Amino acid sequence: MEATQAMPVKYDMDVVRWFTIAAVIYLVVGTLIGVYIASELAWPFLNLDIPYITFGRLRPLHTNSVIFAFGGCTLMATGFYIVQRTGAVKLWSNGLAWFTFWGWNLIIVLAVITLPLGMTQGKEYAELEWPIDIMIAVVWLAFGLNYIMTVAIRKSSHIYVSNWFFMSMIIMITYLHVVNSLAIPVSLTQSFSIYSGVQDAMIQWWWGHNAVGFYLTAGFLGIMYYFVPKQANRPVFSYRLSVLHFWGLTFGYVWLGAHHLQYTALPDWTGSLGAAISLAMIIPSWGGAMNGMMTLSGAWDRLRTDYILRFLVVSLAFYAMSTFEGPVMSIKTVNALSHYTDWTIGHVHSGALGWVAMVSMGAIYHMVKKLWRTEMYSDSLVNVHFWLATIGAVVYVVAMWVSGIMQGLMWRDYDEYGALTYTFVESVSAMHPYYAMRVVGGAIYNLGAWIMLFNVVMTVRQASAAHRTNAVPAKA
Amino acid sequence: MSNHDKIYSTKLQDKLERSTVLLFVAVALAVGVAGIVEIVPLFYLDSTMTHLSPNVKEAQKSAGDTAPIVWNRKPGQSLDDWKPGDGVRPYKPLELAGRSIYIREGCYLCHSQMIRPFRDENDRYGHYSVSSESMYDHPFQWGSKRTGPDLARVGGKYSDEWHRRHLRYPREVVPESVMPNFFWLENTKVDAGNVADTMKVMRKMPFYPAPYTDADIVSAKDAVEGKTELDAVIAYLQSLGNQIKFTEGVNYRD
Repeated sequence: MEATQAMPVKYDMDVVRWFTIAAVIYLVVGTLIGVYIASELAWPFLNLDIPYITFGRLRPLHTNSVIFAFGGCTLMATGFYIVQRTGAVKLWSNGLAWFTFWGWNLIIVLAVITLPLGMTQGKEYAELEWPIDIMIAVVWLAFGLNYIMTVAIRKSSHIYVSNWFFMSMIIMITYLHVVNSLAIPVSLTQSFSIYSGVQDAMIQWWWGHNAVGFYLTAGFLGIMYYFVPKQANRPVFSYRLSVLHFWGLTFGYVWLGAHHLQYTALPDWTGSLGAAISLAMIIPSWGGAMNGMMTLSGAWDRLRTDYILRFLVVSLAFYAMSTFEGPVMSIKTVNALSHYTDWTIGHVHSGALGWVAMVSMGAIYHMVKKLWRTEMYSDSLVNVHFWLATIGAVVYVVAMWVSGIMQGLMWRDYDEYGALTYTFVESVSAMHPYYAMRVVGGAIYNLGAWIMLFNVVMTVRQASAAHRTNAVPAKA
Repeated sequence: MSNHDKIYSTKLQDKLERSTVLLFVAVALAVGVAGIVEIVPLFYLDSTMTHLSPNVKEAQKSAGDTAPIVWNRKPGQSLDDWKPGDGVRPYKPLELAGRSIYIREGCYLCHSQMIRPFRDENDRYGHYSVSSESMYDHPFQWGSKRTGPDLARVGGKYSDEWHRRHLRYPREVVPESVMPNFFWLENTKVDAGNVADTMKVMRKMPFYPAPYTDADIVSAKDAVEGKTELDAVIAYLQSLGNQIKFTEGVNYRD
């Protein structure tokens, strides 16, 4: 998988460095907005009667900043890093990579401006208005083209498994984004989906679940397949398992969107089909989790000393847990209880905080050391971050599990006279302690992100200072 | 060092792994199947839509239920000639303006508009939702989370005055509420030009276009004259859920 040592290649790593730093900054910002909107639900006065920061406008900014700003920059940093190193070639086009960097960040800036202003298409995780949607398509295709062309000009005979996952993400997200975002504009800042009602719902959740399945899973599995073996210094546990797991996931994930619409006006056959395949998805998902975990066989003792490896292993544990929980929630009888409740939010965050962000953090720490050819400014701060992230995620997820299941049970409870036991608002006030607990969990997690930012900035400064002092005698 | 000519899996897999083009094509095909099987039929199967479903028609007939699912508008009738129970209709101009504000403020992030066929939801919110009820909703507003209650049948449940007080300062009416205050919606007048343009766009939709007449669109200006954004949201909320007259015992789910 690595470049053959005999033939040193000068990789295009500057753009990777910039994406890496951007990712760390967006992690801080995205989780900070998350903590704020969580606080708004616990203490509604925090909406402060300012339209731009009400929950309804900031929530899309939170999801967009963590998914597309943090997740996107992480994927592009690691993608460009992996595709060069596994193929032993420079990027097909360094210029196009810089276009991707500035384009993607321009999109993020526009999101930060337009979403608080209430400019939205009103489809979850696809809120951005049509001119920005077009920019996303262009920049995404630039990223995809560059990536796939770099795979095409690789020096290695086979395409490494990480690149399969990245390619499936690039292809599927292109489909999803284009089909789901089709809309007719009323003005530059307002448009309406061409689909309506039941068809729109199905297309939206086909998008919604596969933003999870391909963007937040396939892409990050690509990261896992490169950085876990690298950091553990062991080969991938099973090549055959990676083949089965890849095709199972690529074919199967796309069907799952329908499970978001159980018992709605979506025809039953569609929901049942979605649930059936959701259950089957435990197999490929756990195949991936096992493959990552077992890669550590013989290297488990390193968890005691290698804090970066801790991030990667715990992320796989969260991945295994979430991909068990997801299929369970897709079962109709469970979904009848869990749908519309905080359980869904808990499930998403065990995947997002536990899996996606933790594997990203592990990969970013690994890359920072390689990209700036240095040790971390502080290894113990990496360890502190690890514990803050783990504890924060657990507190958050547990709070949402309890509140979600409680909501579901309160809503359906009947008293001895056959009347509903609770009014809706009684369920709202019962949530307050858990909403406060979520703020605490999120804040712990966000604190970890600040520590990461500090540590990364100090590492880069330390490395640049070292390079400067090294360079002087060489010139003299 | 691995042997580059050895096949570690199957011949096909090995071929794909060696060729960017073949891998690209194989992945593009593999991810395409589900959409074709799960989504495309929703556009042509009659059973998807309540008003087209043969089973629903049959069920209505055997129950002696003649209530229309979708409003059958007679020539010359205006949107104001519609009465509750006449069936699903396109939004009136002020309601449509309110809907755009509902979307702008992200209300759908905390309020669903999709009642499931369960006893408790029936008791709490009313008759379960059916697909044709949201046929003119571009985009759909079913939501995914109930931080607040479902709104699919909130129309007519509370007075306009209740909504006004509640939207302005929710905790004045419901002390435990966590909804933001929206009193500031009263400070802005509805943009009549935008409403007319939105109606024109809804009429142009490739799927389930709203059957607005030219007269409807012309009427928009007078309909929203002097109304605030708060008035529009109230009009929208009051339009939700009372369009079809459901008959006890008829199965409206195909």
